[in-house]
Amino acid sequence: MSAGDLRPTISAIWRIESPKLIATLSRLLRDVGRAEEVAQDAFVSALTQWPDEGIPRNPGAWLMTVAKRRAIDQIRRDETMQRKAETLAHELAPEVFEEEFVAGNEGIDDDLLRLMFVACHPVLSKEARVALTLKLLGGLTTAEIARAFLLSEPAIAQRIVRAKRTLAAARVPFEVPASKDRAARLASVLEAIYLIFNEGYAASAGEDVLRPGLVEDALRVGRILARLVPDEAEAHGLVALMEIHASRMRARVGPTGDPILLLEQDRGKWDRLLIGRGLEALLRAERLGSLGPYGLQAAIAACHARAATPGDTDWQRIAALYDALVQLAPTPVVELNRAVAVGMAFGAAAGLELADRLVREPSLRSYYLLPSVRADLLFKLGRPAEARAEFERAAALAQNSRDRALLLARANECSAHPSTSSG
Amino acid sequence: MRFAVLVKASKESEAGVMPTREMLEEMSTFNEQLIKDGIMLAGDGLQPTSKGVRLRFDAGRTTVTDGPFAETKELVAGFWIVQGKSKAEIVERFMSAPFDGGQVIEIRQIFEAEDFGDELPSIARENEARLAEQRKQ
Repeated sequence: MSAGDLRPTISAIWRIESPKLIATLSRLLRDVGRAEEVAQDAFVSALTQWPDEGIPRNPGAWLMTVAKRRAIDQIRRDETMQRKAETLAHELAPEVFEEEFVAGNEGIDDDLLRLMFVACHPVLSKEARVALTLKLLGGLTTAEIARAFLLSEPAIAQRIVRAKRTLAAARVPFEVPASKDRAARLASVLEAIYLIFNEGYAASAGEDVLRPGLVEDALRVGRILARLVPDEAEAHGLVALMEIHASRMRARVGPTGDPILLLEQDRGKWDRLLIGRGLEALLRAERLGSLGPYGLQAAIAACHARAATPGDTDWQRIAALYDALVQLAPTPVVELNRAVAVGMAFGAAAGLELADRLVREPSLRSYYLLPSVRADLLFKLGRPAEARAEFERAAALAQNSRDRALLLARANECSAHPSTSSG
Repeated sequence: MRFAVLVKASKESEAGVMPTREMLEEMSTFNEQLIKDGIMLAGDGLQPTSKGVRLRFDAGRTTVTDGPFAETKELVAGFWIVQGKSKAEIVERFMSAPFDGGQVIEIRQIFEAEDFGDELPSIARENEARLAEQRKQ
C-alpha cells in the first residue's frame, strides 16, 4: 500500500487522536506549540511506516508511543543545552519522565481538560481561542479552519502561531485552574465552543450561512468537555443548548434555500435523536442545581422542542425563563428576546413596551433584530406603516443577504394591509 | 455527517444467546471510548427476530408476519448512530470493535440535508456572539 492510499485513513486518525497526543505532550513539554509539532512528527512517521508495515491494531497507542519517545529526546536535548549554558546541576532525572510515559493513558482525560483550559485561556482573544480550540481539540487542519471562517489559510495560520506565542510568553501553566479561577476559566472555554457553534449555525458574514461542519465540531468538543467536567451544570447546559438548536437544522431552510422561522418550521423535520440528547443533557444540568445562562437558554429551547405544534408552545414558561436569564445575563439581546416571549405570552402590546425600552440602547443601534422584532409586534398591533418602516430599517442593518431578502419581503407584506395608523 | 453502524445477526444472536460477561465488558469499554471522543450518539442491541414482526405492503394490502425470519445474515442484531467527519474515520474506529468469529458489521451513511443553504436565525434565539461582534465595530 502506498502512503497516498493511507492518507484519508491517517487524517481520520489524526482528527480523533491528535487532541490526546497534544494534550499529553503539552504536559510533558510544557509548551502547546512544541507539543503540536511533536504530535505532527509522529503522524509523519506513521505516513512513512504504515504503508509498509500496515496500520497497527491500536493506532492511537502507536502514535502516543512514538510521540512520547520524541518528547523524551527533546527534553533530554533541552537539559543538555541547559546544563551547558548555565552549568547548572539541574536535577531533572530522565527516569521521572520515563515513569510518566509508561503510565499509559491513565491521565489522558486530565490532560485533555488542561489543554481545553489552556487553548481557551483569557489571555487570548476570542478569535484566537476559537482557532486554537478547533486546531488542538477539534483536530481540524489550518486549511479546514480557514475554509470554515472564510479566511485565508495564512491568516488562520498566523492567528494560531500568535496565539501559541502569547501562551508561551505569558507562561500559562498547563493545568486545570484552581477553584477560585475555575468558574471564570470554564466560562471562557464554554464561550469558545459556543462561538464555534454559532459560527456554524448562523454565520455572521457571507452568502453561505449554515456550516454544518462547525456545528458538529462544536458539539463534539462540547460533549467531550461535559464528560470531562461532569459536575459542571453549565457544561451540560451548553451541550443541551447546542443539541436542541442543532436538531432544527433540517427544518430551517426551505426547498429553495429560503430561511424558515422557528414557528413556521415543519417540526416533523426536527431531529428527535438530537432533541432527546439535548433534553437528557438539560436534565443533567438541572440535577446539578440551579441553571446558569446556558442552561436557561437550553430550557427555553427545550420549551420549543417539547411543543408538538407552535400553538402548544408554553410562552409563559419561556417568558419566565427569560426573566431568570435577565437576572443572570442582563444584556440588551436577552432583554430583546424577553420582549418577544412576553409579546407571545401576554400580547404584542406588552412585548412592544419592553422592546421600546431598548430603542435608545447604544449597543443595539446597529442590531437588525431590534427593528425586526419591533416591526413584528407593530404589525400584530395593526400598525403596518410603522411595521414596514421598521422592517426596512432591519433589512438595511442585516449583514447577511438572505436575512435582508426575508426582511424586505416582510416589509412588502405590510403594504398589502391598509394602514390603521397615521405614523 | 452521521452513520448507522449495523450489526448483522448471527446464529447466536438469533437464538437469543446472551453475550458473555467478557464480551459485554469489552463492548462497554469500546462504547465508552466512542462516547468520550464525542462520536457516539446512540446505540442498542435488538432482540432476536423471533420476537419481531414484519409488515409487507402490496397493492393497498398489508400483511403481517411474525418472526423468526430465515435469512440470518441479512438481519440486523444491533446498531450504533455515530457522527464523524468522513466514512474513513468511522471505518477506522470500528476496525477495533470487539467482534470476532466472522461477525459482520455494515456502515451506512445517514441522509442529511447537506445543502442546508442558509437562513434567518429565529427571533427568539439568543445570540450573544453576534452582539459582541457588533460592539467591536
